[in-house]
Amino acid sequence: MKPTFSKGGKLSALGSFFDAMETFFFVPKTVTARGTHIKDSVDLKRTMITVMIALIPVFLFSIYNIGYQMNLAYGLGWGFWTMVWKGFLKILPLYLVSYIVGLFFECMFAQIKGEEVNEGYFVTGFLIPLIVPVTIPLWMLAIAVAFAVVIGKEVFGGTGMNIWNPALLCRAFLFFSYPKMMSGDAVWIAHKAGYDAVSCATPLSEMASGNLHYSAMDMFVGLIPGSVGETSTLCILLGAILLIWTGVASWKIMLSCVAGGLLVGLLGDVPAYYQLIMGGFAFGCVFMATDPVTSCQTETGKWIYGFLIGAFAVLLRLFNPGYPEGMMLAILLMNTFAPLIDHLVVGANVRRRLRRAKTA
Amino acid sequence: MSEHIRLKKGLDIPLAGAAPAKIAETVAPDLVAIKPTDFKALVPKLAVKEGDAVKAGDALFVDKMCPSISFCSPVSGVVQAVVRGDKRKLLAVVVKADKEQQSVKHNAVDLAKMDRKAVVDLLLERGLWPMIKQRPYGIVANPELTPKSIFVSAMATAPLAPDPDFVMEGQMEYLQAGIDALGRLTNGGVHFSLNAAKAAGSAMSSLKGVIPHTFSGPHPAGNVGVQINHISPINKGEIVWTVDLVSLAAIGRCIATGTYDMSRVVAVTGPAAENPVCIKAVQGMSLASIAKYAKKGNVRFISGDVLTGENVGADGYLGFFDNQVTLLEEGDYYEMLGWIKPFRLKKFSFSHLYWSWLAGKKKTYKLDTNTNGGPRAFVVSDVYGKVLPMDIYPVYLLKACLAKDIEKMENLGIYEVIPEDFALCEFVCPSKIEIQKILSDGIDLMLKEMM
Repeated sequence: MKPTFSKGGKLSALGSFFDAMETFFFVPKTVTARGTHIKDSVDLKRTMITVMIALIPVFLFSIYNIGYQMNLAYGLGWGFWTMVWKGFLKILPLYLVSYIVGLFFECMFAQIKGEEVNEGYFVTGFLIPLIVPVTIPLWMLAIAVAFAVVIGKEVFGGTGMNIWNPALLCRAFLFFSYPKMMSGDAVWIAHKAGYDAVSCATPLSEMASGNLHYSAMDMFVGLIPGSVGETSTLCILLGAILLIWTGVASWKIMLSCVAGGLLVGLLGDVPAYYQLIMGGFAFGCVFMATDPVTSCQTETGKWIYGFLIGAFAVLLRLFNPGYPEGMMLAILLMNTFAPLIDHLVVGANVRRRLRRAKTA
Repeated sequence: MSEHIRLKKGLDIPLAGAAPAKIAETVAPDLVAIKPTDFKALVPKLAVKEGDAVKAGDALFVDKMCPSISFCSPVSGVVQAVVRGDKRKLLAVVVKADKEQQSVKHNAVDLAKMDRKAVVDLLLERGLWPMIKQRPYGIVANPELTPKSIFVSAMATAPLAPDPDFVMEGQMEYLQAGIDALGRLTNGGVHFSLNAAKAAGSAMSSLKGVIPHTFSGPHPAGNVGVQINHISPINKGEIVWTVDLVSLAAIGRCIATGTYDMSRVVAVTGPAAENPVCIKAVQGMSLASIAKYAKKGNVRFISGDVLTGENVGADGYLGFFDNQVTLLEEGDYYEMLGWIKPFRLKKFSFSHLYWSWLAGKKKTYKLDTNTNGGPRAFVVSDVYGKVLPMDIYPVYLLKACLAKDIEKMENLGIYEVIPEDFALCEFVCPSKIEIQKILSDGIDLMLKEMM
């Protein structure tokens, strides 16, 4: 079967797709050519699948919470399994759009460049539906995904070369292009045919208007309105434990991000720790800020980078009247500055070397 | 007073197939080869032709740029073949060994009465010079330069490397003679590093005329490059020389006895060794003479260790500096959905994405040559620093090498490293990047631009 897809074969235009499927189902039989004769068992697929496993608690909770919020808002009297089923029906189209559109462009660019399809999109595609409101129109999502993959990643050279986190870039695209569908009070509850759309304020917008009525426990467990996957700090924490245990994500970034958020949070009217359990702070801190490609790559840099993300996110929430949420913009901003921070850290190493040469 | 340096970063790969410290037999190989490719950036010029008779210590080829450096036959016999590759590049000179071995006889010398130049000439004349390596770049030392100091590592941390104390049993007087000779070549002294855990009981700790150090920690703590980085890092414009322990003994032996004798203990190791053994053999021996120690099947014969050795094939030859053969099974098989399987308990990983980090230090693994994944761009970039105990940012240096930016390479420490120091980075890389190749190409570029 393979020759049909190889160069010169009938279906060579699908070669990258075939490779992707082959390496998906089988670890390839390639052996080391030069350099080390043995290699560690870990590869990017294993790394990426671990991130996806870490997202499973969030994913499952999101399905339930979509149904739960609908039930609550429309007063439908659904049972547990009905809520889960209705939530699943709402989230499924988001995932279909995210993966079909995203993987189409991934495969296309892999084919053009003659490389293997990179597994990075498995994670990006899994993240995107979790950070948008459940009511987002599918055509908007499709455009945003295309933008994130093509402009956000492929034009820079693909996974490993991108400057900004592609999933967040997708969200930023929606946020600035279709602000009405991304913020306000009307977008957080999935619509039910035959009913009017329901308004329901998120904790962040309540805080901005000064009358927060959600309890800390509600916000920690996550049965509150918000973007699909961001609400449950508890489930995010489960994911964080797995990521830190396996070493896939940097605990330094998470810790310093929390520290930055808490410190600036002291300036607000609500208790500082509320900032960690409201909105997208926890989700961004665990799954977005720690992206190994777009975060700082030096260990010292990671402390600075994480701290500034936390600090800026809460600063935006507290002092910017325009946007109730600041996590997305804080991460994208620090993505932009991560290379600069690294440059300064590496520069110190270079200066140390030069100084040593002078004194010797 | 010896200085103790404790390193934490690094990794001892728990590879199965260590050889017990006992000589199983003496192997007298039928064929022996010396390969110019064992020396970085060497342009060889043949000194013999096929059919010539040579003694042990006669030059087979010389350095074209510096013809006083000669590369000698380790045995007496007849030149059987001059092996050439693409563009007639000289790959190896193969000698068929005589039954009765003869070597070139040199006179006894008194090092104490010789000045530096006389010692240099002695090493050149006796064909011992190629055993001295120069840093930066890891090339054969230039006899016209004087190094800042000379470094010898008596600590072996590479996977399955034979124990230096065992390999050097009964060689103390030769090591001492070698150190005495090297001591005349530099004003900075001979730095001699021992494994801290074994230093107390080691005969080598009583060697005189050295600046002693002890190191502890996982591989690459035994790499001389890592040790230099901690003892006295190389700055731009400086050069240091390094000599490995086996070569040091050979140098000393030739000075003390007048005989060019390249015999050595060779460890035959690895998961594909039928039973791992140590044998007494000679530099450049053909691996066909140890074929009986390998398992049947598709086995890779590596001269050296699994991280830095060369795949020479079952009919290949032991490298100039190597005292170890590693046998691995080729990993050319598919594994269905291997990357997603939760357990895979037979797989080893430095990361915590498999279970091997919980399995304890005693467990060993039969690793093979499968790459365990396809090549990717740099993604997970903080893993390299965890196995590189040097004050260097590996990803930035590698990217400077890829970008061919000489100034950046200098700034980021290209003078301090050779590929073997980055070998573990390559092992742990989840993107399966050929890191040693990138660094080696970077060094080639430096050599081209700087020389």
